[in-house]
Amino acid sequence: MNKVLKSAEEAVAQIPDGASIMCGGFGLCGLPENLIRALHARGTRNLTIISNNPGVDDFGVGMLVRTKQVAHFIGSYVGENKEFERQAIAGEIKYTLVPQGTFAERIRAAGAGIGGFFTPTGYGTMVGEGKETRVIDGRNYILEAPLHADFAFVKAYKGDTKGNLIYRKTARNFNPVMATAARVTFAEVEEIVEPGRLDPDAIVTPGIFVTHVLKGAHYDKRIERRTVRQLQAV
Amino acid sequence: MDKRERIVRRIAQELRDGDYVNLGIGMPTLVANYVPPGVDITLHSENGMLGVGPYPLESEIDPDLVNAGKEIVTELPGTSYCSSADSFAMVRGGHIDMTVLGALEVDEEGNLANWMVPGKMMKGMGGAMDLVAGAKRVIIAMEHTTKDGGHKVLKTCVLPLTGTKVVNMIVSELAVIEVTPKGLVLREIASDTTVDAVRKATGATLHVDGEPARF
Repeated sequence: MNKVLKSAEEAVAQIPDGASIMCGGFGLCGLPENLIRALHARGTRNLTIISNNPGVDDFGVGMLVRTKQVAHFIGSYVGENKEFERQAIAGEIKYTLVPQGTFAERIRAAGAGIGGFFTPTGYGTMVGEGKETRVIDGRNYILEAPLHADFAFVKAYKGDTKGNLIYRKTARNFNPVMATAARVTFAEVEEIVEPGRLDPDAIVTPGIFVTHVLKGAHYDKRIERRTVRQLQAV
Repeated sequence: MDKRERIVRRIAQELRDGDYVNLGIGMPTLVANYVPPGVDITLHSENGMLGVGPYPLESEIDPDLVNAGKEIVTELPGTSYCSSADSFAMVRGGHIDMTVLGALEVDEEGNLANWMVPGKMMKGMGGAMDLVAGAKRVIIAMEHTTKDGGHKVLKTCVLPLTGTKVVNMIVSELAVIEVTPKGLVLREIASDTTVDAVRKATGATLHVDGEPARF
């Protein structure tokens, strides 16, 4: 078994036009930026991208939006990307908004073999329209379906050659659930280590969920809002 | 004191020692600056963090550490990280004691509209629908009226809803209003206003039990 790929280019060569792809990351934090850059360079088109946000105009999923590689975007918030907004208003891109917790849980359900779940989120709102409802212990719930994808792009901090992954701080976000919910999961990491070098108790994503692991060639880790505090004089 | 400071200072008085609290983006975030002495709270950020610290010094900046507003932050002793799925289990599962969010409209039943305006592009609800459905207490931080003086506290919300019967309390620069089974109860008014002025600025029935306290 060899899960290690040489590059992000080798990974995206497996992806056909029209594929659905989950991309981890929250805003620009914890993004599989090498896989996105490689997919951008390859020009694969007509994609369904499942990601919490579409990045900004020139970084993250926004790179794929700008080149019109994305036909359908599914996420919870699309407010930081002007080109996305232009395409959405012009009807050039289809997009579906899902409450963030429902989004995470639909992906979790897909990975865990759950056929759907009842959630109170969105009951009595546009989100609940047309969905089956149920009263459970006196509370109103709506039925939500699992959300699968053909491929997942996951960013982790370190991975071993068996695909076990650990994450760093809030760069974890959607990456662990997305790793479970696709037919093929590519994990890009900052460092690949030999089996045994990661503390088994610290592994967040067990290698069974990871099809291929690769070392990201370069990380920009761009900061979206540079909020800095000044040292106060004592 | 400006309106926003007055609002967030008053909301901070609602915090109880030991609370796990999620503060929305914008004005609600400022509540963290006014936590009363002796009250120890833990801030939750829905992107997968419990124990959000202050903004970093220039020398502490870490791009792997952001809050739900995508601002870089720091960790504290006792901070923990989790996946988005676990983070929303905390939210939906009723483990968050209080959330503070902004509003476009709130009505007599505690219905809330804060995520979209028809005719404008839909930008998404983010985690707001989950937060209002799951947090034990939902407090709204908002200016009492729109910029042109239009009502935001209404008999019935007109805009698309974020949640139904979810709001517990509204805090504006004019008033503290509690949402109860019998409707909206005016609990407190600002030190420089009157009950009549608050009524005029409100598009819903306000119940008053005796003389409201001042804040």
